[in-house]
Formats: sequence, structure tokens, C-alpha cells
Amino acid sequence: MTTTTATSPVLEASGVTMRFGGLTAVRSVDLTVNSGEIVGLIGPNGAGKTTFFNCLTGLYIPTEGKVSYKGTVLPPKPHLVTNAGIARTFQNIRLFANMTVLENVLVGRHTRTKEGLWSALLRGPGFRKAETASRERAMELLEFIGLSHKADHLARNLPYGEQRKLEIARALASDPGLLLLDEPTAGMNPQETRATEELVFAIRDQGIAVLVIEHDMRFIFNLCDRVACLVQGEKLVEGTSDVVQGDERVIAAYLGTPFEGAPGDEEVAEVEAAESGSGAQSTTSKEGSAQ
Amino acid sequence: MTTTTKTTPTTPDAPRGIIALPQSAARVLVALGAIGTIASTYMSWTWTAEFPGDLTYYGSPAGLQILALVAGVLTLLYALTRWNIRGLNWLNPAGATAPVSLAAASAFAVTWFTAIAIAVDLGGLANLDPGAYVAIVSSLVALLGALALPSPGDTFKAWISKPDTIPPAGRIPAWAERLVVTAATALALIVFAYGVGVDPDASETFIGYLLLVVLGTWALVTAGLADRFSALNARHKGFATSMAFLAAALFPFVENNEHNANLGVNILVVATVALGLNIVVGLTGLLDLGYVAFLGVGAYAAALVSGSEFSRFSGVQFPFWAAMLTGMAASLVFGVLIGAPTLRLRGDYLAIVTLGFGEIFRISVNNLDGSSGPNLTNGPNGISMIPDLEIFGFNFGSTHDVGSVTIGRFANYLLLMLIITAIVVLVFTRAADSRIGRSWIAIREDETAATAMGINGFRVKLIAFALGASLAGLAGTVSAHVGYSVNPAPYQFAGSVPPNSAFLLAAVVLGGMGTVGGPILGATLLYLLPEKLSFLKEYQLFAFGLALVILMRFRPEGIIANRRRQLEFHESEQPDIPEQSLPDTTVGATKAGA
Ligand SMILES: Nc1ncnc2c1ncn2[C@@H]1O[C@H](COP(=O)(O)OP(=O)(O)O)[C@@H](O)[C@H]1O
Ligand SMILES: [Mg+2]
Repeated sequence: MTTTTATSPVLEASGVTMRFGGLTAVRSVDLTVNSGEIVGLIGPNGAGKTTFFNCLTGLYIPTEGKVSYKGTVLPPKPHLVTNAGIARTFQNIRLFANMTVLENVLVGRHTRTKEGLWSALLRGPGFRKAETASRERAMELLEFIGLSHKADHLARNLPYGEQRKLEIARALASDPGLLLLDEPTAGMNPQETRATEELVFAIRDQGIAVLVIEHDMRFIFNLCDRVACLVQGEKLVEGTSDVVQGDERVIAAYLGTPFEGAPGDEEVAEVEAAESGSGAQSTTSKEGSAQ
Repeated sequence: MTTTTKTTPTTPDAPRGIIALPQSAARVLVALGAIGTIASTYMSWTWTAEFPGDLTYYGSPAGLQILALVAGVLTLLYALTRWNIRGLNWLNPAGATAPVSLAAASAFAVTWFTAIAIAVDLGGLANLDPGAYVAIVSSLVALLGALALPSPGDTFKAWISKPDTIPPAGRIPAWAERLVVTAATALALIVFAYGVGVDPDASETFIGYLLLVVLGTWALVTAGLADRFSALNARHKGFATSMAFLAAALFPFVENNEHNANLGVNILVVATVALGLNIVVGLTGLLDLGYVAFLGVGAYAAALVSGSEFSRFSGVQFPFWAAMLTGMAASLVFGVLIGAPTLRLRGDYLAIVTLGFGEIFRISVNNLDGSSGPNLTNGPNGISMIPDLEIFGFNFGSTHDVGSVTIGRFANYLLLMLIITAIVVLVFTRAADSRIGRSWIAIREDETAATAMGINGFRVKLIAFALGASLAGLAGTVSAHVGYSVNPAPYQFAGSVPPNSAFLLAAVVLGGMGTVGGPILGATLLYLLPEKLSFLKEYQLFAFGLALVILMRFRPEGIIANRRRQLEFHESEQPDIPEQSLPDTTVGATKAGA
């Protein structure tokens, strides 16, 4: 829907392969994300989407292939990847459960602050200034995702949808150039999913490229400039929403069941579509044991 | 706020007590029982001075009688709060029943324990004097009366937990709040000094003391006073901390006795080391089972440069500040050497490797005696005759007069150690509340997520490990001088005498992980209890384990709960339970598990 003119690549993954013993979870996948783009990554459960994310962010060291961010090849170390400018969320929420909402976001600021042990012990003016700045930025982000009123709650006490949002805020705190979202609307109700769509658009409008894994097709096709479909570790199709949507192999890959939530049907049965969307999620995710 | 009795529930279906009695009668019973208990402490309880504490006098309470007296007064006060007497309401802000029954239970426990102890120790009920009978009857009456008061709930738990809502305290001027903090600190000092001052041979008195302290404190907690006090503390944080240290500094003056001062120094040493361990275990979540080795490194380093003639470098005598830095630096180096290879491991592996390294330290020190290895540590004999410290001409080995009080050798060291503890507390609190502290906690919570947030896990863990090690080394330098000598024996994983790694770990877990007060309280309890309950000596490790099991069952967050941990373990009691916003919870649950 949006065609960006400036197309300098933010992320370039080429020939990424990940083998676990005999299992090839990701097979020679190439993917490019350009600045200002929202790219979707779809595929049935166990297709290797999360594994691909882990290869991009250094949590796994890819067996083959290389990943570069804005032209420089990334070392396979998670903290260096984040430092370079790629932030992510997790499919199974991984917040710091016993830290407050604000503290979670403050941890996200880690790469953009410098204060070490000595400065913490001596508490000079520099320390105070940096701490205040961090807090201000964190509160700004909480305002952005609409959680500032819960800044002092423990992360574990938030409802599910807000936990997902908080993960996004925590990722944004590292001022990334590329945000990787792993099933950001999983477990959300239709309204929350809509709100998340708006949120992703707002993030893109801040100049942050987004690569998103999602099972909710309505979400994906509303949102993404380009969509890639991964099946059994291989990239099957890549293209605009229309191309991928019409591709028979994609439909077949999703267990042969044509999904009902296509944007064309929207006006007819919006609620039904959303419900069957989340219903499909719950059935597909049962066997999912992603990292 | 009225002084009439109308305000107490007289409605038909007012909650009844366990014992069916009219409210007014129940209250009168508690008050009478309390007065009887108080009166009984001015009578003789037994005929012979053989029973510890000498309870034979009329007119002056002694030993366990003093404890019964305090418990009686506490019961009377709480009984009076049930009459809404003006001026006493602050004692029981929520007007709850639980504090009354707990106070009565403390009086009951102390008196009945004493009576039974007399009968058992001296062989028969014939040894009880009339005072003891008055005491046991009165305290029983008070307890029965308390049980007839409206029950706070159906479950046993309701009797021992504080009410959900405690009315907020009326505002008083800041100076008055500080006065309250001061008074409470002074009270704590008196209670602590009394406990330390109990004759080690009078285990009976110490058990009575424990009964009173535990049940009495519990009564104050259920009354809501603990909550109010922690709110006060939070408002006057710096002041409260200084008062606590001032109180600790006054300890040698209050309890002017070298044996107890020695106890105080040792408690401070283990408390400080436990606080250092809390950085590693409580904040960063690294289970270090060999931590005591760092205390040993510091102690040995200080001993080697102390100028002792048994030191390998007997000609070398560093001034204390240099010895302190040497000890810290040595521990730091060992911390990094041990941490660098092991901190790449996670969880159980780390625990096992640190356990191994801890033992390696002890065994190496044992063997570096010139025959099995190069001579550095003098082997199992250790380094003895470590000279006393001298700082700016102040000799720690000799006594000094401060006003009319004579401060002895151990008291000198106690004051020095207190400064070290203050430094460690400062380091702990400042580090915990900073970028580095947050990344420690993040690592503890979820290491994978933490690294994905840009935290260099290895580096941050190594900093925690090294900081913890150097703080232990710092404490070690003082402990070497206090104890005159160092030898390898105490620096083991588990043993019957502190310090050992298991002891330190237990102090942290028992007291409360991630807090400042927790490890200090935990170390104090674990050090003091075996010291005063001499009959426990051979069962000490058993009692230790039992206490930990019970604690983990009923209060897994430790005695002093970190705000976080408290919320974590007692989910139903927290104020901010999440509103259920998910329409279809099964979807959420499935996805959460995915
Ligand atoms: N650490 C691992 N070890 C072994 N197999 C793994 C590991 N991580 C993922 N896999 C396997 O890789 C495949 C792809 O998983 P995943 O990337 O989670 O799929 P998706 O996110 O697309 O649902 C699955 O078969 C999964 O079992
Ligand atoms: Mg996945």
C-alpha cells in the first residue's frame, strides 16, 4: 500500500542456513528489508521463522550465510547486534517479569547509555543527568505505547496484550533502525490487534524499518509492503501482499485451508474474520514449540 | 476516636470468637490476665537460684520474668486498644484482633515455657513457687479472653496475618516522624542488646527471648505498625540509615563487655560478606557456592602483609589502608580468575564449578606450606600472631576511655568493622539502583532476553562477581586482625562454625535476597542462635536445614522481602492484580505456552 522511494537496504540476509543436527530449520534464505519498509514473514508453524529471527539477532550462529545491517556484516553476538541497531521482541514473551514496567524499558536503554559501576558508585552529576535522561526517554516510550500510567507495576502483572506492547517499548528503547517483531498480536483480541497495527505504522513513521512474523493474515496484508512466505525452512514466495495472497503454494502450505480473513471479505463479516483469525492461531500454535 | 465502647461491633451477627463469650467479658479477661501476668513477675517463681536467671526474688523481676513482664505489658496495651482508649489507637490502627491474641500468645508462651522449663530442669512441679502459678493461670486467662474476641476470619491464617486495609497514619510534623524513627531504632537496639547479653549458659532465657521477640514482633506486624514504620523509613531514608548505624555504633557502649563485642564484630564480618554475596546471588542470580574463599583470600592477603613473624613476608608491614587495598585487590584478581572461565556457564554448572574452586582455595592454602608446595601460607598452621591495627596512632589492641566508658579491643574493631559495613551497604544500594544494577537484575530474570537488549552478559556478570569478591576481601582484611590468626579450616563449603559458604548463602536466602537488611538480619540470626542455644551445638546443621525448609515453605522471599519478591511469591495479596482483558483466555493460555 505504501511505496517508499528511498530504498537503501537496512537489513541484508543472504544464504542464511541453520541446521540442528540432521534438521535444517532454515535453508539458504535471502531477505532484504529497506528503510521505511514493513516486511512480513509468514509461514506455517515450524517453518523456521523464529529460527531465522534468532539467526539475524545473533542468538543462533547460522551454519551458513551472512547478515549485514546497513552495509556492515553483523557478528553473531546478540548484544552487538542490538548495539548495531536491530531490536526484537519474542514470540513467547520474555519480559523481565519481576522488574517494573519502567525498569524494563530502562534496561532497553542499556546500549545507548554508558554509565558503568564507578559512575554508579560515585554518583557524579554526569550519572544523575544520564539517569534522568534515560527515565525521560523511557517514559516517553511508555506514553507512546500507552502504558505510562502503569510505569510502577511489575511487568508480570500486566495483562497479556500490554505485556506484548511493553516488549515493543523495551525494544524501541535501544533506538533501533530495524525492529523485529515475532508474532506481536498472538493472544490479542481483535481490538488490541487493530491497535497494534496502528502502533506498527507509527513505528514505521518514526523511520524504523519493521520485519514482522505473524499468523493473522489480515494483519499482515493490511500492514506490509512486502511479504515473504517461509515453508519448511525455505523461502517459497516473496512479493507484495497481492502476489503472496494469490499464490496457490502459500494457500496449500497453510494446510490447504483457504483462510477466511482476506481483506476482500472484510466488509462482509469483519468480526467473524477476526474471530476465525484468532481461532486459527490457537490451533496452529499448539504444536509450536518455538524458542 | 470516641472513648465509648459503642464502636465495637454489637450487631447480632458480629464475628464471634472461637470461645463463645460476650465481647465485654472477653476484653476484661484479656486485661485481667495481662495484669495478673505483670503482677506475677514481681513474685518468686521458684525457690532456688539454680534455674538460670534466678527467679527467686519478690519485688524484682529477673531473667525470664522480665520477658514475661514485657509480654504482659504488651498484652495489656493491646487489650486496651480494644476499648478505643484515646492515645492508644496508634498502637493498633486497624483495630484488629490478631495483635491482641498474638500478644497474649507471647505472654502465654513465655510463662508456660518458663514453668515447664523449671519443672523439667529442677525435677518436678514442686519446684514452682506461687508466682509461677499466678503467671500460668493469668496468661492462660488472657489467651482465652483473646480467643473469645471477634475472630478475624475462619482460617488460622487470619489470626496471624495483618488486615488488608490499614488506615493511613495522620500526618505529624517531620521532626516528630524522625523522633519516631529514632525511638524505634533505640528500641531495636535495646532488644538486640538484651538478646546478645543473655548468658550463653542460660539457653532457657534465650528461648524465652526468642518466643517473645517472634510473637511480639508478629503482633506489631499484624497491627500494621511495621507497614507504617516502613513508610516512615522510606520518607526519611538517609536519616533512618544513619540512625541504624548510630545504634550499631552505640552497641559497645550499651553492652560493654568484650565477649559480646567480639560477637558483634564477628556478626558484622559475616553480615558484610553476606551482603557482598547478595550482589552475586540476590541481584545477578549467580549461585556461588565457593564465595567464602574470597573472604579467605582477603584475610590471607592482610595476614601476609601484617608484619606477623609467621608471615612469609614477615618484614613487610603495610599500613592498614594499604593492607585493605591489597586484600581487596587479591580477592578481585581471584574473582576474575575464577569468574572468567566459569561465568560462561549457566545455572547448576556454575554452582558446581564455584563449589570446586572454593575447595581448591582451601586445599591449596593447606598445602602451600613448604613441604607439599612452595611456602606461602604456612599450611594448616596458618599465620598467627597478627599484630593489632594502628590507624593514625590509634591502637586497636589497647583499651580506650571514651567519657566514663572503657572501649576494649573488640569494641575498637567493632567500630572499624561498622565503617566497612557502611561502605558495603553504600556500594550495594548505589550499584543496585543504576544501569549496571538493572542489567544484573535483567540477567537474573532472563539472560537470553537481557543479551538481546544489548547487555553483554559475560561482562556484566564478571563485574558482579568481581565486586562481590572484593567486598568479601575487604571484610577479610579486618577479620584477620580481629581473630589474631588465619588458617585454612574455616573457609570451607559447609561446617558447624561460620563463616562457610553454606552459612553465607543461608544468611542471604533466610534474610531476603536482593535486600540490604535481609543478609544482615539473616547473618545475625544464624550467628547468634547457635551461640546462645548451646544445646543446639551438635544439631546445628540439622536445625539450620530445618529452619530453611520451614522458611521456604511459608515465606520463600525471606524474612525481609524485597518489594519485587514479595509480589512474586504472594500473588494473591498484591494490590495490582491484572484485570482480565482477554476475551478468550484459552487462546491467551495456549499462546503463552507456545
Ligand atoms: N534450538 C533448537 N534445537 C533444535 N531444533 C530447533 C531449535 N530451534 C528450533 N528448532 C526446530 O526448528 C524448526 C523451526 O522452528 P521455529 O523457527 O520455531 O518455527 P516457527 O517460528 O516458524 O514456528 C522446528 O522444527 C523446531 O523444532
Ligand atoms: Mg515461531
